Amino acid sequence: MKAPDFAYARPADLGAALALLAEHGTEAQPLAGGQSLMPMMNFRLAAPEILIDLSDVAELRGLERTRDTVRIGAMTRYRDLEDWPDLGGTLPLVAMALPHIAHDAIRNRGTIGGSIALCDPAAELPAVMRVLAAEIEVAGAEGSRRVAADDFFTGFYETACGEEELIVAIHVPVAEADRVYGFHELAQRHGDYAMAGVALSALSPNPIRSLRAAFFGIAATPVRLPDLEAALEGLTACEAQAAVTAALEGLDLLADTKASADMRRHLSGVVLKRALEAM
Amino acid sequence: MTGPLSELDRPNSYIGRAVPRADAARLLAGRGKYLDDIRLPRMLHAVFVRSPHAHARIKAIDTEAARAMPGVAAVYTGAEIAEHCTPWVGVLSHLAGLRSPPQHSVAVDVARWQGEPVAVVLARSRAEAEDAADLVDVDYEELPPVLDAEAALEPDSPRIHEGYDSNLAWERKVDVGDIDTAFAAPGVTVVERTFRFGRHTGVTLEARGTVCDYDPGEGVLTMHYSGQAPHMLQVILSRHLGMAEENVRVVSGDVGGSFGIKVHTYGDEIACAALSKMLERPVKFVADRQESFLTDIHARDHVVKARMGVDAEGRIVGIDMDDITGIGPYSMYPRTSAIECNQVLNLTGAPYMMENYRARGRVVFQNKTLMCQYRAVGHPIAMAVCDGLLEDVARATGRDPVELRRLNLMPDDGYPRASASGMKLADLSHQKTLEKLVELMDYDALRRDQEEARARGVLRGIGLCSMVEVTNPSPAFYGIGGAPIASQDGATCRLDAGGALHVSSSVTEQGQGTNAILAQIAADRFGVPIERVKVTTGDTATVPYGGGTWASRGAGIGGEAMLLAADALKHQVLEVAAALLQAEAGVLDIRNGTVVDATTGAERIALSDLARTVYYRGNELPPDLKPELIATRHYRVTDFPFVFTNGAMATHVEVDAETGFVKVLGFWVVEDCGTVINPMLVDEQVRGGVVQGIGGALYEECLYDEEGQLLTATMADYLVPMAAEMPDIEVAHVETPTSTSVLGAKGAGEAGTGGAPAALLNAVNDALAPLGASIWQQPMTPERVLRAMGRL
Ligand SMILES: Cc1cc2nc3c(=O)[nH]c(=O)nc-3n(C[C@H](O)[C@H](O)[C@H](O)COP(=O)(O)OP(=O)(O)OC[C@H]3O[C@@H](n4cnc5c(N)ncnc54)[C@H](O)[C@@H]3O)c2cc1C
Repeated sequence: MKAPDFAYARPADLGAALALLAEHGTEAQPLAGGQSLMPMMNFRLAAPEILIDLSDVAELRGLERTRDTVRIGAMTRYRDLEDWPDLGGTLPLVAMALPHIAHDAIRNRGTIGGSIALCDPAAELPAVMRVLAAEIEVAGAEGSRRVAADDFFTGFYETACGEEELIVAIHVPVAEADRVYGFHELAQRHGDYAMAGVALSALSPNPIRSLRAAFFGIAATPVRLPDLEAALEGLTACEAQAAVTAALEGLDLLADTKASADMRRHLSGVVLKRALEAM
Repeated sequence: MTGPLSELDRPNSYIGRAVPRADAARLLAGRGKYLDDIRLPRMLHAVFVRSPHAHARIKAIDTEAARAMPGVAAVYTGAEIAEHCTPWVGVLSHLAGLRSPPQHSVAVDVARWQGEPVAVVLARSRAEAEDAADLVDVDYEELPPVLDAEAALEPDSPRIHEGYDSNLAWERKVDVGDIDTAFAAPGVTVVERTFRFGRHTGVTLEARGTVCDYDPGEGVLTMHYSGQAPHMLQVILSRHLGMAEENVRVVSGDVGGSFGIKVHTYGDEIACAALSKMLERPVKFVADRQESFLTDIHARDHVVKARMGVDAEGRIVGIDMDDITGIGPYSMYPRTSAIECNQVLNLTGAPYMMENYRARGRVVFQNKTLMCQYRAVGHPIAMAVCDGLLEDVARATGRDPVELRRLNLMPDDGYPRASASGMKLADLSHQKTLEKLVELMDYDALRRDQEEARARGVLRGIGLCSMVEVTNPSPAFYGIGGAPIASQDGATCRLDAGGALHVSSSVTEQGQGTNAILAQIAADRFGVPIERVKVTTGDTATVPYGGGTWASRGAGIGGEAMLLAADALKHQVLEVAAALLQAEAGVLDIRNGTVVDATTGAERIALSDLARTVYYRGNELPPDLKPELIATRHYRVTDFPFVFTNGAMATHVEVDAETGFVKVLGFWVVEDCGTVINPMLVDEQVRGGVVQGIGGALYEECLYDEEGQLLTATMADYLVPMAAEMPDIEVAHVETPTSTSVLGAKGAGEAGTGGAPAALLNAVNDALAPLGASIWQQPMTPERVLRAMGRL
């Protein structure tokens, strides 16, 4: 379990990082917190020829609040967010999700940009970003662009970030005063990737008004079903549970050693109900 | 305070006290010396090319590209290694009929499980060796994998071994009394269940491995190994490498956990010894986590169909069971993979009185990792089957499970006696432990809590288990069947010139605190402050000959040897003191490192003065006095094949009716391991054991797909129990010393693991009872629980 040989670069700014990416193309891979990439390399599931360490890229750092958005630099670590005193008031949904992400040691190193870039099917933050209608800022040789979270997570470990692009920051709208936020996930052990989880916001939880919900851990990417959200309008949490299981029928859900697709469908209804009831 | 001194008040009374272990601080400070810390000059790193298939013929291996890689010293195939290392056969003569074909250290023609080594690369670094191993080109012809143990017995199943008429490795039958008549008698209620126990494995913090160092100058091979039985390995290396035993030295330094995983013969480790000899260079191999999952022995893997009958009064009339267990493609050498099944047959029902017992066990080959002895060999199966059926019968007949146990447990005053399966039992306390447990857990209060929870629609359950544990085995376990495994152990105590005690023992330290209790016993019996005892274990070149650590025998057997050696040394020292002081030896004693007057406690001569006189100024001694100041004693259990211990445990769980998640709310254990040498260590053994039992019951499973690919080969997929989910585990003791030894200690290492799965099974089924649902498969994962409830 040793990574194959690789070269290592530590560019000082975004321009240099992008230039390296352009130069090495698919042979290069950006390195953020390394919590996912290093194990993949040790398992020899990833074998980049060169790692471009983003630690020194100033443009990727920082946590700034403007009037109605928070800009989270891609290299912001989970720990930085947890330590940010304004987090609960500004991004309550993110605050709810963070304790469920892995363990302290991993949160000390893991980055928000890494989580969004990796797009693990069970990751919390991609779902959270969809619920919050965040925008992901990516930069490439042609400059930078913003992609809505709803359009960003395109497939199993696939995103709209091109191979020669980098995620620079995530722009997250601050909590709306009239909305409430909810989160629930089911993992057999604390800190594990969820068997099923949901992040949501609503004007009112029970009965439901104006729901936005994204399920994670159940399919290749976070699942948001606008039709379902509309259909849940006015329902109680209990009624919503059954509606969710029905709506997920026929969807291509994950199945692994921890839960079959049927189990995930069932648990999706449970997590939604529990999240709503806890709000 | 006045009054006579109790045993615990006298100086150096360490036996029975929670003495902190001397090496804890060192290990916590990161000063442990584990296998991977060993770096020798000219050392090569071995990386094994492992079969990606569960079953495949090796048609050709091309090693050329790998050989050309930077840093590579050599590449060998299984056939090349076989010229230097003979294959082994994992059978024992007392397990009549057990068969297993010769197994090579590295596969030669056919690979029979995913992960079996087929070739090896030796290079300057592990990374370089891994790079080269990627380039070893093996041409495989895939063969049909045999995976399910039940299906493997079907006549049309593919065979794993040529020339074998079936995939059956061993079969044993026990038939006592007349079970059919007993079950058919009027008023008898019979319950029947099929139990399934998944495979799990040990997941030692320190992976297994070896550093082998052949010195051509002396013709001596030194194997550093992270393991439990150095002398056993010495014989095995000598046999299969064709070396004299005295030219093989096995050294076991700090060991980061073993749980039985590290008491077996692993081809990759033995191959390293052969390679070191072939290349005349040190060779290191330490399994990475993935290799551990693929090649460390797995445990359990049973399907048991079982019935229990009780008469109208609730008395157990008998048990009838049929166990099929899958062991992988070979029986593990030298302990065999039939012992687990043998134990299941021996132990099922052993806590209870019954006249009729019929059991059949079949041990079956399959294309999965080898299955063999792991902590609490066979116990969790035997206990879950018997106590699972017992509580099932309690539900079926409307009886309280505690009452049913009271009625059926063997009475404390009825020993010695035998179990229905014929096990000789003595000095047990099932009744006392059960009553103490009921009190400790406040059984009645928990039942009230359950009622109240049920009224709220919350599913809570209480489950118990009364159990026995096999400890302190005599030669009946292995030696009798021809295995090179000592059942006796030795200890040496030496008084050094400075008055310190230097002791060594053939039992080993795996992190459980063996060295600590050996020091306690020596210091206590001899009479020195414990700080003045230095312990050496784990080196065949220096310690007495013995079996090592397994089957919960370290304290009971190794401890007794140490006690006898300390007593013998004390006798010698007092003889010298008597001569020097012109007193009778009988009026002297040793306390706190000083020879004293036994009645007044007046100090007569310090041990250091005595020792210096003996070592430096022997002229001051009478000419006919020739003190050695060193004593070795060996001890083995006679009279009994095993010294059984017993215990009672209980757990309280909540089952989430919507998710199937099982939350363990509390766990209680009352253990009787005889004399408790160190309550702190025993309690932690029990707790650690319970946690491993909870792992097997709720989380851990080695799962394969239909091609025989292991799906759980990382720590993300294989769920070990974690602290956050573990309950408080309350431990109490009943102490019934074994009459087989002076020390009176039985084993304590496996009880928790042996009993916890039964208690959990019972608690979950108790919780599910209002729904008329039950589950008989472990681990009881959320999905399985939901399916059992019919909610999925
Ligand atoms: C034991 C364990 C448990 C875990 N549990 C959870 C969990 O419960 N929930 C969860 O969400 N995660 C979990 N994780 C994953 C952890 O959160 C990841 O490490 C994280 O999501 C990735 O962040 P990173 O900074 O470590 O990225 P890295 O591992 O450095 O990179 C991940 C991928 O993203 C790419 N990348 C990184 N940054 C950028 C960028 N700015 N632009 C473009 N591409 C980029 C890399 O090239 C790589 O392909 C767990 C990890 C471990 C080891």
